[in-house]
Amino acid sequence: MSSIDVPLTKRGFGVTSRKDNWWVEPLVVFLGYMSFVVYATWAGMAGNNYLYTGGGADYLSPMYSPLLTETAPSWWPAFLPFSAAMLILPFPGGFRFTCYYYRGAYYKAFWADPISCSVGEPRNAYRGEKKFPLVFQNIHRYFLYFAIIFVFILLYDGYRALWFTGADGQKHFGIGVGSLVLILNPILLGMYTFGCHSFRHLIGGIKDVISASPARKAAYDCVSCLNRNHMKWAWISMFFVGFADLYVRMCAMGVWTDWRIL
Amino acid sequence: MAEQATFRIWRGSRGEGKFVNYTTPITSGMVVLDAVHGIQASDANDLAVRWNCKAGKCGSCSAEINGKPRLMCMTRLNTLDLTEPVTVEPMQTFPHVKDLVTDVSWNFAVKKKIQKFTPRAADAADGTWRVKQADVDRPQEFRKCIECFLCQDVCHVLRDHHLHDEFAGPRFFVYAANLEMNPIDSGDRVKAIKEDLGIGYCNITKCCTKVCPEEIKITDNAIIPLKERVVDDFFDPLGGLIKIFR
Repeated sequence: MSSIDVPLTKRGFGVTSRKDNWWVEPLVVFLGYMSFVVYATWAGMAGNNYLYTGGGADYLSPMYSPLLTETAPSWWPAFLPFSAAMLILPFPGGFRFTCYYYRGAYYKAFWADPISCSVGEPRNAYRGEKKFPLVFQNIHRYFLYFAIIFVFILLYDGYRALWFTGADGQKHFGIGVGSLVLILNPILLGMYTFGCHSFRHLIGGIKDVISASPARKAAYDCVSCLNRNHMKWAWISMFFVGFADLYVRMCAMGVWTDWRIL
Repeated sequence: MAEQATFRIWRGSRGEGKFVNYTTPITSGMVVLDAVHGIQASDANDLAVRWNCKAGKCGSCSAEINGKPRLMCMTRLNTLDLTEPVTVEPMQTFPHVKDLVTDVSWNFAVKKKIQKFTPRAADAADGTWRVKQADVDRPQEFRKCIECFLCQDVCHVLRDHHLHDEFAGPRFFVYAANLEMNPIDSGDRVKAIKEDLGIGYCNITKCCTKVCPEEIKITDNAIIPLKERVVDDFFDPLGGLIKIFR
């Protein structure tokens, strides 16, 4: 509590003089994130249909890439059902959970802290990101390092999706709809990852005199350009990862047909 | 546009009071401050309202219009729904004085806590410095601040949690960023930004950015870069290790 002489007129939860539909944005964010989290959890736990090899294709779901092992490693707790995605998803999941954009969005939509600007909050106590547990949001740059590696791994998956095993057992260049999906996916992830606030800081923001290195200045400007649309890339890339998994899954299940373009 | 509009204005002093409806003639091109002045001239001569430039540059006429922190002089009536009363209230985050006026002096006390501009040695014999435009682009954005304190008003850390003693607020992270990123400044405020200004309380809601009349990207360009500098010094053991061996 502050010593400042403020009339402490505590507004109740949701109380505001705003006349616009302020509740729409947090509701859309809540539903959007929840739908992805529910799908990603289900797809990650499923442990099947993550690889499509029909027609000689080599499509791997991004939620299972890199495919480190298909069976539980010896150290895996026996009580926990195993899926290869469970070794992967904590890294991109952690990157998004600690992302500055996502933090601001889910603090509003899930914690109502605040639910919207100048709208009353449900709780009096507040610790922010200054104290445990949210002080751990400061490890975001460590998740960034992994996220950058994942972008390149998924780019390699996209490249692999361009090669189809023919009747002669040899790999032949080709393009299927799935190839395009798996190539577009890391590009969108790259637009999100390389527009990260931490990356922007590390690439140039850390310096007060940035003009000393033209390469650094150019990189900083480029990252800043992506960063201005960080929210947009966060949403697009998140849903496209889900769509890429769904595409591979549906093809592997025989529900969708992968159209060969070339 | 309707020829008359009703304004629901907070009347009272020291936090005690009530909303009073006033109906006043309006014309094309008017802003909320014009309407408030019209009401003051005709219906409420004792209505207290702080204003000065009427051009969005002095930062005096900050208030909450239909619940949103805004400058009265920059809020055109044709952007508001005039079929129902327009609510005009004082800022909620500062001590109330009278009607639409609040005491914002706390902000000036906070500013005194921040290490002032500390220039490095001059580059030239005449005591001047040489800097490139690319290096002052960032601080120049922050110098647009007019100290209207709308960002302080909307920040829930101050507004709802009243952590005025522990948290400086967005305005002063802009101020600190302006100094920290200045290529001439040699001061190091990172520890103070973490401990005295309480940047960790900011949870990046971007409300400050949304209300800034100068359209300063407060969160993306000031607060988050400062948070990253705090991470450099306090939460990045790997980076610290690299610095030791570099």
